[in-house]
Amino acid sequence: MKKYLFYPGCSMGDVARSYMVSLMAIKERIGLDLQEIDDWNCCGATEYFSVNQLPAHALVGRNLALAQDQSNGLDTIMAPCSACYLNLSKTENYMGENQALNDAVNAALGAGGLNYKPGSMEIRHLLDIIYHDIGLDVIKQHVTNPLKGLRVAAYYGCLIFRPDVNNRWTNPKSQRAFEDIMEALGASVVDYPMRAECCSGHMPQIDRGTAYEMIRHLINGAAEQSADVIATLCPMCQLNLDMYQKEMNKYFRKQYSIPVLYITQLMGLAFGANPDELGIGSEFINPRAALERVGTDFPEEEVKPKQKKKDEGLPMPTIPSEVKER
Amino acid sequence: MKIISDPVEISAFWNEVEMKTPGHSRLEACIQCGSCGGSCPVAGDMDYTPRKIFAMIRAGMEEEVLKSNTPWYCVSCYTCAVRCPQDIHITDIMYTLKNMAIEKGLCKINSAKHFSKTFIGYVESNGRSFEFGLATRQSLRYMPMGMLGTAAVGLGMLTKNRMEMTPSKIENINQLQTILATAKELEVTS
Repeated sequence: MKKYLFYPGCSMGDVARSYMVSLMAIKERIGLDLQEIDDWNCCGATEYFSVNQLPAHALVGRNLALAQDQSNGLDTIMAPCSACYLNLSKTENYMGENQALNDAVNAALGAGGLNYKPGSMEIRHLLDIIYHDIGLDVIKQHVTNPLKGLRVAAYYGCLIFRPDVNNRWTNPKSQRAFEDIMEALGASVVDYPMRAECCSGHMPQIDRGTAYEMIRHLINGAAEQSADVIATLCPMCQLNLDMYQKEMNKYFRKQYSIPVLYITQLMGLAFGANPDELGIGSEFINPRAALERVGTDFPEEEVKPKQKKKDEGLPMPTIPSEVKER
Repeated sequence: MKIISDPVEISAFWNEVEMKTPGHSRLEACIQCGSCGGSCPVAGDMDYTPRKIFAMIRAGMEEEVLKSNTPWYCVSCYTCAVRCPQDIHITDIMYTLKNMAIEKGLCKINSAKHFSKTFIGYVESNGRSFEFGLATRQSLRYMPMGMLGTAAVGLGMLTKNRMEMTPSKIENINQLQTILATAKELEVTS
């Protein structure tokens, strides 16, 4: 078992609950031991930084300080959400590089009886851990239901490769990490040039037209390659591509329908877990048809009997039979 | 050897942007190559591209810069930041411009400003974000006409068990609030 401190982030508790459920379902199988940071707080997303930058760094700093205090010999924090991963690693990195920021953040943390020493924690994304520490061999060993024939667009989103403050992705070989993992599961990876483009982040809250255009571009890229599924690594990416796909269709009069699943859900399916254990079923774009083709067993869908409308309407005029006959 | 032959006059606005950006923004190193605007997925919908914004900051055009939609349309994707040949911290500068636009009351993009403020309101009182409260407040305020459409999406989120009706709260919220209050004081005095 490889052990890490675990920072789930707020989304894993609601909008990305299926990411959390599927991660918990597969973690032991691949030898992942996760110790959740006790009493962690929000990473601030982009919103806190938009309003006040120093307090935003202090907000992140509290998580770093808590992790450091609870580490008990561990030196790595794993974050499955790309935005949380960015904020934690950025504050950690900036505190180490910039004495003035370090002093200010630690002065604020000090008021709450905390302290963080830059360099004591390494921040890594789930993808990084799965690819570099667990490895493809271990993944292949656990595949019992290969996703044979499933065409997957492996979508990284922005924040794994950029800004990459700790240079974790400079080796060109590891820049195919996600594709390699999908292939290890038996899936066919499609060419997806948009793989590291932006999902539009919080743009749907600011300008729908701008956001939908970004979402259309990403969905279209996957559709052009006849992808069955878009695989994601981030709650925000999943939310934007899944939840707004129908809205985007309405906006542009398109009929795209590509389900968006998390890396951990696809791993779980290949490992033989059933869809229910992996939180599959909470998507806006139903993945059932795509997954049934690769042999995923879904429970029988409840077919609701169509209720016959009772004739309780207002009395309608009827044509008397003698008139009809004429 | 002196690299810059002509001393560049630093406007008060430029100076303030530099001071408020954590670390060193490297704004003075901009060579106006336009890699930022060319890489930006949202540049077409911005009032001014990032390159133009940097020229305007250096020219001291405070009001035009802070009233523009540019920083608010930045999606923080970091494409420009990694492509910038001068290693300018573009995304951080955009955050600084948002901070200053709010502080000086010049922000024209109310939906973005209120979204940020509502978001941090929940974080400050609970320590965690609260999707349901955020989504309903934002929709009621800015999309009352589109409320039917967004309500359907919101309802989907609830029925699919992807949204909690009540915010979750961290245990040591007092500690977090003390830290944030201290950081705010430090930001004002620095």
